[in-house]
Amino acid sequence: MTELLKRAWRTLRELSGDDAYERYLAHRRAMHAANSPLTRAEFYRAEQERKWDGVKRCC
Amino acid sequence: MASERKRLPGPVAFAIWAAVVVLGATALGGIALHRGESVNAMWFILAAVCVYTVGYRFYSAFLAARVLALDATRATPAERFNDGRDFVPTNRWVVFGHHFAAIAGPGPLIGPTLAAQFGYLPGTLWILFGAVLGGCVQDFVALFCSIRRDGRSLGQMARDELGALGGAVALIGVLAIMIILIAVLGLVVVNAMRHSPWATSTVAATIPIAILVGLVMRYLRPGRVLEGTALGVTLLLLAVFGGSWIDAHPAIRGWFDFDGPTLALFVILYGFAAAVLPVWLLLAPRDYLSTFMKIGTIVALALAIVVLNPAVKMPALTQFVDGTGPIFGGKVFPFVFITIACGAISGFHSLISSGTTPKLLANERDARFIGYGAMAVESFVAIMAMVAACVLDPGVYFAINSPAGVVGAQAADAVATISAWGFPVTAAQMQELAREMGEATLFARTGGAPSLAVGMASIFSRAFGDTLLAVWYHFAIMFEALFILTTVDAGTRVARFMLQDMIGNAVPAMGRTSWYPSVLICSALVVAGWGYFLYFGVIDPLGGINSLWPLFGIANQMLAAIALCVATTILVKSRKATFAWVTALPLAWLVVVTSSAAWQKLFSSDLKLGFLAHADDLAAQLAAGTLSGAAAAQAPRLIFNDRLDAALTLFFLITVWVLVFETARVCHAALTGKRCPPITESPHVPSRLVEDWVRD
Repeated sequence: MTELLKRAWRTLRELSGDDAYERYLAHRRAMHAANSPLTRAEFYRAEQERKWDGVKRCC
Repeated sequence: MASERKRLPGPVAFAIWAAVVVLGATALGGIALHRGESVNAMWFILAAVCVYTVGYRFYSAFLAARVLALDATRATPAERFNDGRDFVPTNRWVVFGHHFAAIAGPGPLIGPTLAAQFGYLPGTLWILFGAVLGGCVQDFVALFCSIRRDGRSLGQMARDELGALGGAVALIGVLAIMIILIAVLGLVVVNAMRHSPWATSTVAATIPIAILVGLVMRYLRPGRVLEGTALGVTLLLLAVFGGSWIDAHPAIRGWFDFDGPTLALFVILYGFAAAVLPVWLLLAPRDYLSTFMKIGTIVALALAIVVLNPAVKMPALTQFVDGTGPIFGGKVFPFVFITIACGAISGFHSLISSGTTPKLLANERDARFIGYGAMAVESFVAIMAMVAACVLDPGVYFAINSPAGVVGAQAADAVATISAWGFPVTAAQMQELAREMGEATLFARTGGAPSLAVGMASIFSRAFGDTLLAVWYHFAIMFEALFILTTVDAGTRVARFMLQDMIGNAVPAMGRTSWYPSVLICSALVVAGWGYFLYFGVIDPLGGINSLWPLFGIANQMLAAIALCVATTILVKSRKATFAWVTALPLAWLVVVTSSAAWQKLFSSDLKLGFLAHADDLAAQLAAGTLSGAAAAQAPRLIFNDRLDAALTLFFLITVWVLVFETARVCHAALTGKRCPPITESPHVPSRLVEDWVRD
């Protein structure tokens, strides 16, 4: 039961983009990037501008 | 993984699917042949669920296996270009959620509500079969084509596969549809807020709430989406209750009591502000709130309809199938297919299917679940909107949705006209309903939002008691306005980018999307474009919806035709010409529907239908001097608008046919081995993500 709730919580975070920063860090680690990663606030700022740069919502 | 799942033995599976088919056919037959007092909403839900599951299980499987030949071992753009930002292999359920949130807007709620003037049957059948054979196929195939082309957009694919002309036509078409769409959605919000301090104050409160959430998510709790959303949703619910207090306060209510033209100016100013402000301040937080409210309310409405299964009181067919309907002019063919675009087939979806979504799919095989499946769910939303419109007494439905210019501005005239049509309603009944909903009046509240809100409120209140009717009504209005305004913001922004891009070809400085003078000028141009249609829609004596909604429907179906043209060309070029009918048949249907609707809007002599006939009639009246005062002053403007609408309709008509001829030319060239743009599919790269795939 707790496992199920944890999974639901993880899915909710992923769906809403709440864990975007954690996923970004994981991606950086996997790619062995040389320069240091953005902070949470910097990452959020960069993402917001980029995300709305196209057709995102429909009628 | 599907391959690991245990399959049912053949005969059992056969028996189950046979039962689903029989159940679906029974439910459909039931609602189609029923003639009587009322029919239970449960039959609609049953018929819809069976049609979607059969369509998904069999038709989409056929498309996936035989027509498109989805290849689970082929690396998707997300895998090949994985950059952790745009291209990210993502869990299929999460992609489904994003895709559904992106495609589901106010369209499937409004279209069916308006189309209910023909009775519940034409709209319901079109929603079900249009989706399963048209809309879902379009979304699925567009998604597939984009995945096989590195996640390219519809405009780029049109240019690559059909040539420069096809690409240019697609681009201008998208811009035009955006302008009309935003204008008509703005009109829906204005009509919901007209002289309603409760609705206006609640909708106005969504702006500071979104800004507060934006500030919190930027400075206090960066990137904590769920915390910010929880805060915002709580405040939104408080705003709905707060509106009741404002409405009751004799002085403060005056601050929020506006007529239509004033509200239209507010929406125009708001649209401009939202387009030039940074996204983190208003657009992004508003979108988090509206997505959350949208999905929450849709789930709640589905549960309420299933648990309470209210009675549908609208007849299967009304006499208005002959084209004399009060809400919009035109016969059931072709206008039911124009009025309901989203929910059956919506061209706009092809922009999403070739936008963000193809960059997220971890496995090509998921395209079926996401492309076909998400559209089936959106179509289900349209069915629920149809049910919510049809649980109202038909007399009440027509009293709310008929413009004053058709049934008369006085309550006594309106109820007399509507009762004479055979839909009994009394002024006292409407007065009592308006009082229950906390509104001054519900007559002539066109646009679909108020009648949907009354329908939703009456469904919800059956579960939670009558005392909260007015709160439910304003909750529903707030929920619709919230995501309509999100579409207004996001649409204005996208249209601005496109305009900057186009002007940038001539004046390079204007193409820099962050150069502030360019941002201001292009935003102002876009807002002026839709603001013009919005403002004159509001002062139109026939209600504006009557002329703007069909224009929007034609534009949206035209975009679907563009997507299907591209898809058909790609199928023919990939040596799948024998299967090209899966997109060519819906395409042919859309061309027939849009052409005949556009033709009638242009040349019909019926004043409620033909733009030019209406303009000529007004001009004749003006010349004869039979118009007086305000009507005479407005007439030249209305005549100009009619001709402008006619020009736009003609433009859409020509666009569709240019593209159809281009498609036919390119397909013919491909089949006969003549010169044509080569197919642009990206090469096969084996996937490394597929674990159950055995390498030799």
